[in-house]
Amino acid sequence: MPLKISGAFLLLLPALLLLVALFIVPIGWFLSSSIAELGTWAEIWAEAEDVLLSGAVGRSLVNTGAIGLIVTLLTLVLGYPVSYALSRVRGAAFTAILLCIVLPYFTSTIVRTYAWMVLLGRNGLINQILLGLGLVDEPVNLLYNRTGVIIGMTYVLLPYMVLTLYAAMKAVDPRLMQAAEGMGATPAQVFRRVFMPLTLHGVVAGVLITFILAIGFFVTPALMGGPGEIMVAMLIEREVEITQNWPSAALMTVVLLAVTLTLYAVYSRFAEPGEALR
Amino acid sequence: MEGAVALEGVTKRYGAETVVAGVSLAIPPGEFFTLLGPSGSGKTTTLSMLAGFVMADEGRVMLGGQDMTQVPPRGRGLGMVFQNYAIFPHLDVAENVAFPLTVRRAPKAEIAARVAEALEMVKLTGFERRYARQLSGGQQQRVALARAIVGHPRIVLMDEPLGALDKNLRYHMQVEIKEISRRLGTTVIYVTHDQEEALTMSDRIAIMERGRIAQMGPPRDVYEKPETAFVAAFLGEANLLPARRDGDAVAGPGGTRLLAGSGALAAPQGLLFVRPEKVAIAPAGGRTEGANSLPGQVRHASFLGNVVRYQVEVAEGATVLCDAANGAGTPLHAPGDAVRLSWRAEDSRLLAA
Repeated sequence: MPLKISGAFLLLLPALLLLVALFIVPIGWFLSSSIAELGTWAEIWAEAEDVLLSGAVGRSLVNTGAIGLIVTLLTLVLGYPVSYALSRVRGAAFTAILLCIVLPYFTSTIVRTYAWMVLLGRNGLINQILLGLGLVDEPVNLLYNRTGVIIGMTYVLLPYMVLTLYAAMKAVDPRLMQAAEGMGATPAQVFRRVFMPLTLHGVVAGVLITFILAIGFFVTPALMGGPGEIMVAMLIEREVEITQNWPSAALMTVVLLAVTLTLYAVYSRFAEPGEALR
Repeated sequence: MEGAVALEGVTKRYGAETVVAGVSLAIPPGEFFTLLGPSGSGKTTTLSMLAGFVMADEGRVMLGGQDMTQVPPRGRGLGMVFQNYAIFPHLDVAENVAFPLTVRRAPKAEIAARVAEALEMVKLTGFERRYARQLSGGQQQRVALARAIVGHPRIVLMDEPLGALDKNLRYHMQVEIKEISRRLGTTVIYVTHDQEEALTMSDRIAIMERGRIAQMGPPRDVYEKPETAFVAAFLGEANLLPARRDGDAVAGPGGTRLLAGSGALAAPQGLLFVRPEKVAIAPAGGRTEGANSLPGQVRHASFLGNVVRYQVEVAEGATVLCDAANGAGTPLHAPGDAVRLSWRAEDSRLLAA
């Protein structure tokens, strides 16, 4: 029986109140009071131009977008085959793959990031192997630069991509692919003409959700990145905690929030499998 | 040979279980051939081996005179209608029907002409730009049918194509499928578990039981001259009375002496088969026709409209079903009435128990 709107609202109310009290109100208060400090609209606008187009912030915005894009593409390339395998196997193999993906997430992000730092450091396991095999003459810098940030973030975000893609792939009726094969399609044609179009909405959803999460990242770039790899979230934290320039932090938050909400609006349109086709 | 289909001792095992056990059959071009059987009888696996989705463990699959046993589905050039239609949800009707041609990279003009022709044949002209979700079950069925014939295949496989349709639509589509296949001269291999559908549509039927062909022949032969009790019971209502060979005759229920048709069982013990509609019913002491006659008492009478079905007890624990046409001036018998049943020797057979 479908719930009436009022009934549904009642069920949502506790969660909604919590969200309003602990998220909407504080962030609204933070944004409005910080920005109000600046004075009139014209002054706010001038400050916004100053902050956002200034060297450091501008660079970090570009940096954030670039890292987000690279990481999203990497998770897509690495995640697509994994999701495909996951959607086609059953029983023990399914459980094994799923555990490999999900199990690391029972440990905290910080612990996992430090684990990567041990692996990627100048005397870390990977460099030792590369040196031992004679592939490189001196240790490769895998940490405290963009490479480190990308490796760390790709690792953390991969499951979001894999699980989103998996949901879309699992929904594809395997009989459709068998039918295509029976009608003369080669395996490549089955993939390109049937499987890919039917999972495209999942790809769009996975890309959006991964990108949204990536541009708000803080811990991984803070620990694994170098001074040149400042992302917006780190800059905001620095403005709030160290320089205590709240108006500047607020302006950057607005930008990040606007981008996120816009992408989320697009995402919600693709989240429903049927929607994208309509 | 084009359009001919043959299976030679085809066997398929899944682990320890033999799903299809040495099936052999030969289908001439243009025949409408049905694989009929309950679920688990191996009919769908047999069809899958013809299609190439499942590879035979033993035996040969011959299509159009060529050995196709190891050829993948796309090399077999068959038309196919799938159980759930398998219409691509991201393609419209025209694109769906064109699919077998586009994957073979046929010229655009040819595709357009063939699609138009196929859609006209299934009466779906004007629906080209619709999607599956905008179509009724019957229309989706037609799309699947158009897609199966668009490439003018010599052989079309159909896996329970009408399973999801309601009774009226089913009958309609049966006629239409038969009509189209006759017009195109295609060999059709049709899988169903619905015996009525098999009887209506087929030139020949193979009844499958536990991975083997129990009997094969034209609808009327398999219906009227079943060779096993399974076939007799699967194809419709059947009386199967415990009986025993007694010289030239058969000793039926209560030791009555009956005559059975030719081709009957050699073993001494068996089941006497006769279809309910072949049994005549008359008041006790009335005039009876046919060689076999049994007195009995009506236990139950079901009025089915054009037919009245009687359950008549002919001996302790033995009842005979009798379907009497509700014709002009036919008297009805009530439960408790003493009656006399009769049938011709050639309408009954002694089968293995």
